[in-house]
Amino acid sequence: MSARIETAGAAAATCGACSSSCNTSQLTRLGIKSGGWDYVVALMGNPNTGKSTIFNSLTGLRQHVGNWPGKTVARAEGAFNYNNKKFKMVDLPGTYSLLSTSVDEEVARDFVLFGRPDVTIVVADATRLERNLSLTMQVLEITDRAVVALNLIDEARRNGIEVDERALARDLGVPVVPMSARRGEGVSELLSAVDNVAQGAYPTRPRRIKYRDAKLEAAVAALAAQLESAVGGLPNARWVALRLLEGDESIIRAVRDGTLGELGRSDTAVNLTQLGAS
Amino acid sequence: MTLNHLGVGQIATVTGVHSRNAERRRMFDLGILPGTIVETVMRSPLGDPVAYRIRDAVVALRHEQAEMIEVQMENGATPAEATP
Repeated sequence: MSARIETAGAAAATCGACSSSCNTSQLTRLGIKSGGWDYVVALMGNPNTGKSTIFNSLTGLRQHVGNWPGKTVARAEGAFNYNNKKFKMVDLPGTYSLLSTSVDEEVARDFVLFGRPDVTIVVADATRLERNLSLTMQVLEITDRAVVALNLIDEARRNGIEVDERALARDLGVPVVPMSARRGEGVSELLSAVDNVAQGAYPTRPRRIKYRDAKLEAAVAALAAQLESAVGGLPNARWVALRLLEGDESIIRAVRDGTLGELGRSDTAVNLTQLGAS
Repeated sequence: MTLNHLGVGQIATVTGVHSRNAERRRMFDLGILPGTIVETVMRSPLGDPVAYRIRDAVVALRHEQAEMIEVQMENGATPAEATP
């Protein structure tokens, strides 16, 4: 790997280099060809961590990639076939938090929360791992099925940063895949991790922060129970209850105007259109 | 002292965040919370905003945001002159 020379044309060279050096033979890039799919995969992550590069290398699309945050303001969708299964992939705007206020951050948040993707890939920048783990922990609070893509690992190595990905995977309770999407490194490992988590072959045990305050726990439990009876089929009643107690305006609005209820009741396919329209 | 008084090249540790609600949340999301080490990297030509190194990333904060962040410098070094 170290012998590979980086050039301005590295992105174009990636496909050729990749098909020879790594096992992506089971991957068929389907572009935007939609229709039925077996699994929905969401791409989350802080701004400027390489989500769109990963998206393009899996789907074969040319979603605009730029080295600045805030580039992806709406979702981009694509698809790929892997191991004879069709995956629909949704590239979300970069976000520092699931609790924030801007529209693009809400798009990302709502999709992971209510779109119920089968797998959420959290793309983390290996060169700034600590600040990327905050969003990772938040995503693990609302879904069991996640994979951490430890991107920009080549840059991290160049800066003398070594990440013990096995210890990280053990601590987080989900697969961690070191990769360099730009150079096609780790793409096949990511695909196999996503496939394993989608099928339940990888038993995830996401690390969750426990709130030790008994009063808070009691309030959350009471509110979550009420939410569940008022809004059937809500996937993350506990998380929603916490946001309500925190005074999160957008969640309060979603409960008031019934958006939350609709999203809770409908299936993934419908959610996709609803979230796209909003 | 507050973060806006930290001169370029100086390093301090955050001891408190006085911002409220969404603004406070945002600071936490950007990695600014008690215990975080911050370094002033540069000042924009007009002195506002100012760029700080926070957990390996450079973050620009406006004056009114920086003055909500309480910091303490290592071993009692003297802060730079107050910024406008």
